[in-house]
Amino acid sequence: MNESLGHIFVDAFLINNFVLCVFLGMCSFLGLSSKVSTAWRMGVSVIFVITVSAILSYGTNLILVAFHAEYLRLITYIVIIAATVQLTEMFIKKKSPELFRELGIYLPLITTNCAVLAVPLFQTARGYNLLQSTVFALAASGGYCMAMVLLALVRERTELSDVPSLARGTALTLVLASILSMAFMGFAGMGGGG
Amino acid sequence: MKETAPNPFINGLWRQNPTFVQILGMCPTLAITNSVQNAIAMGLATAFVLICSNGLIAAIRKHVPKQVRIATYIAIIATAVTVTDYLVKAISISVYKALGPFIPLIVANCLVLERAEGFAAKKPVIPSMMDGAGMGLGFAFGLTCLGTVREVLGAGTFLGIHLFGPNFEPWVLFLLPPGGFISLAIWLLIFASYRERKDRRERARAALLTVQPAEAQS
Repeated sequence: MNESLGHIFVDAFLINNFVLCVFLGMCSFLGLSSKVSTAWRMGVSVIFVITVSAILSYGTNLILVAFHAEYLRLITYIVIIAATVQLTEMFIKKKSPELFRELGIYLPLITTNCAVLAVPLFQTARGYNLLQSTVFALAASGGYCMAMVLLALVRERTELSDVPSLARGTALTLVLASILSMAFMGFAGMGGGG
Repeated sequence: MKETAPNPFINGLWRQNPTFVQILGMCPTLAITNSVQNAIAMGLATAFVLICSNGLIAAIRKHVPKQVRIATYIAIIATAVTVTDYLVKAISISVYKALGPFIPLIVANCLVLERAEGFAAKKPVIPSMMDGAGMGLGFAFGLTCLGTVREVLGAGTFLGIHLFGPNFEPWVLFLLPPGGFISLAIWLLIFASYRERKDRRERARAALLTVQPAEAQS
């Protein structure tokens, strides 16, 4: 595996955007994107959690491989993620109590965000080294944050428009997500046949 | 009494259907419904995890301290998922390759944790397992609905059988990510319109019932 760092970044950020092309982190993508401010904060906390847990699980995977205990991988990764989320919660509570109050219940929910679990699983499956893993984690979570903010921007607009009552809510959000996803398909040719 | 405590199995299968009513567990719903076979396999795998985890959590619910319950649930779910992962690998390598990372990702499926916290943590073992089976099969039903639309329109086949003859031009968009979003939106609209019509009919009947006695008195 000798992919260049730039290639990994563009691939995870645009071509295989975690939310719009691989369908990860759907629940929070559909649930928390009604306001730009919430979407933005959630995106940034997810960037932090993903990057820290990706680096930690890279190290843990080395230990597991050394002891031939690969079957414990899934349980270990989820414990690392839960611990990182707890850490982030404590950090935000200490540094900025008002942000903590605003994020409230969303913070613990990051644990069951599949985008967070997918990054360690993918980096293990693709055999990335530490630097590649970090770049991959940053790009994937950055892509998640960008997709959240983009959808929130559109949804704030549709709040003001006259939508048939039947389609209000999730159905409308899905149609918007579909259009965004179509736009992202335009990136598919980038990166030298990917 | 029957209205307040519905059968947990039917409840999960239809009234609280995870895909169309609760809108939970969206990632696998959208990601691997590009063929009916994948959808059914994923639905059954999730149902198996739900039955195991709900049963185990209900069995130990009185011994788990409240502060660490989420962590305990996640550890149990992760164990059930690891078992499923190896089971699928043993049964069929081709299905295992098609589902790819989405089997380990059942751990992060919010449906599983929601049922653990919302049902299994309060109820005895047998109803919890029934609830897991109902929710799991309801999820499988939702995935199959979505998979059918996407496979029939996107590839012109159903379970690999060609439906339309050689002149059919497949609508490839439905196999690609945007098609997943659009077909789920269409299913949600169909169900919403069905529910609204039912509501309207019931409201009309209730109005009729309240008017009639008043008229009889006057």
